Amino acid sequence: MQFTFFHLMPYRPLDMAERHKHTAAWVVLPNTLYDPKQGADEYQSYIDQLVYAEKLGFDVIAVNEHHQTAYGMMPAPNLIAANLIARTSKAKIAIIGRALPLVNNPVNIAEEFAMLDNLSRGRIITGFVRGIGNEYHSTGINPHWSHERYQEAHDLIVQAWTKPGPTSFEGEHFNVRYVNIWPRPYQSPHPQIWIPSMGSSETVKWAAAPERKYPFLVTFSSRELVARYLNVYREQATQYGYEAAPDQLGWASPVYVADTDERARKEAKEGVETLFNDFLAVPFQMLLPPGYMSLSSMKNTMRMRKALGAQKRLTMEELIETGVVVVGSPQTVRDQLAKLRDETRAGKLITMLQFGTLSDELTKRNMEMFASEVMPHLR
Amino acid sequence: MPGTETKHKVRDVNVRMLRGGSGPPLLFLHGANGLPIWLPVFDLLSKQFEVFVPEHPGFGTSDNPAWLRNIGDLAMYYLDFLDAFGPHEVHLVGQSLGGWAAAEAASRNCSRIKTLSLLGPAGIRIKGMPSGDNFIWGVEESIRNLYHNQTIPDQILAMQPTDEQADILLTNRFAATKFGWEPRWYNPSLERWLHRITVPTLIMWGKEDKLFPSAYAKRWAERIPGSRVEIVSECGHVPAVEKPEITAKEIIRLYAGTR
Repeated sequence: MQFTFFHLMPYRPLDMAERHKHTAAWVVLPNTLYDPKQGADEYQSYIDQLVYAEKLGFDVIAVNEHHQTAYGMMPAPNLIAANLIARTSKAKIAIIGRALPLVNNPVNIAEEFAMLDNLSRGRIITGFVRGIGNEYHSTGINPHWSHERYQEAHDLIVQAWTKPGPTSFEGEHFNVRYVNIWPRPYQSPHPQIWIPSMGSSETVKWAAAPERKYPFLVTFSSRELVARYLNVYREQATQYGYEAAPDQLGWASPVYVADTDERARKEAKEGVETLFNDFLAVPFQMLLPPGYMSLSSMKNTMRMRKALGAQKRLTMEELIETGVVVVGSPQTVRDQLAKLRDETRAGKLITMLQFGTLSDELTKRNMEMFASEVMPHLR
Repeated sequence: MPGTETKHKVRDVNVRMLRGGSGPPLLFLHGANGLPIWLPVFDLLSKQFEVFVPEHPGFGTSDNPAWLRNIGDLAMYYLDFLDAFGPHEVHLVGQSLGGWAAAEAASRNCSRIKTLSLLGPAGIRIKGMPSGDNFIWGVEESIRNLYHNQTIPDQILAMQPTDEQADILLTNRFAATKFGWEPRWYNPSLERWLHRITVPTLIMWGKEDKLFPSAYAKRWAERIPGSRVEIVSECGHVPAVEKPEITAKEIIRLYAGTR
């Protein structure tokens, strides 16, 4: 298995009482709640954790992009990646991902990734996402065109990376007369593209296509859904006439390891519950603006929600039960991860070992425990 | 007398349409929430007019042609629609998004239009006077914010939509998002060309409109020559629903002025 240490960089000093005077930690949460001195400390801690992950033997260290939120302090993840390039030497550096529809000129994304790939001499992995629905509110981009813009931006970026320039690009949303980026990517034909997803069937079908074979990562989902979506990908590959390789399949999950199940649960509880309830949870109309999902997917989602009834605060115990998070002794964590790996034949695990308000001290211990007691057994 | 539901075809696009009454034709363009039921205001208008209420392409169960990408496309569709009528024959009425489409159409070509009534129209922007953000409002909030008299949202919220109705509401939100998300509920070019609307025009606005401030009425009136403003007190964003008598009376008064 390939192991990734992934960071969201949440703003932990958030005043939770103030947070809950607003509908979300996104879009409308006043940025006066951000203290730059504490924020600077957060950046330093988090970058140190990412650098330490390389020393502990993680194959990949990873960051991602979120806007106008305490959930993640990386509106420009490439800036963090540039810093990581200077402080590491072996680990791959993954930016999973950039939100393609949210930009007005995707050539900038092609250029920046190409620069990072040169600076790191080919250690860059990219991820292409559409952003969370919230980010269509905070950027003003029309969610109705989210899928169209994503497809066009993807095509334009891959064209910029692979077709000898100058070329031109003619789309509905993006029109570029001269596509001719300097520098070109260091890796040939281009850095890997990973597709983190909540599992929409359209995305699976597109990512698995033989001309792409993009690694597909199921994020923040129960073990049942991880298994289901990865199986859909594998079946889709079979229909395309090939067998999906393990490194095309992965999932992302918060993980916490301590000596005993009891201790792990005690130490992880606040971090897990703040992640899901305080940082991530947003009202429906913010999360799923019209068009972010296709109309048919949205109709199904609405019916499921109607059946579920009112949303309540999630507990760590429920999240452990459904396998959205993995928390326990080394044996417990090994067993659960190995089981899902064997069921899905997935070759990539994206670990979140810092989550929510989890402290530096507990994060460090969690990372060390995972690297020494879990990783070697799953390799 | 209730209207009847029919199908209407313009070129290759089929839409649902309510119609009723007799007299000169009146075309009512609905707002972002979609084709309403046959409202009391339609009953009042159908005593004077033959009332046509089409469901916009892209809304509800009407066709959703791939070419329909912006408000200009919707305006051109309605110019095609109007070609079935004679010169200066149709009384065009538009609510909110429908008012925007009507103004876009009329600023391009008024030759089939006899009068124009704009009820709390979207379409222009006054800096420093933002519209309400109905895309971030919650479900209950977005219904409540449309009305001044809260017994109307009480009734709407008490009804549990069927799956079919819920799908239609969702389809309508998708269509409204396409036209209105960005720039938010306006076309930067429209205001410049409103002087091309040369037919008698009524601008009606609920004084307590929380979506588009009623102060917008003045700007519309300044741009459309000879137009008249009617501000309706104790009324929110939808005068046709909240104040049907006044709405019908003013539209009929506009018509009477042309005879």
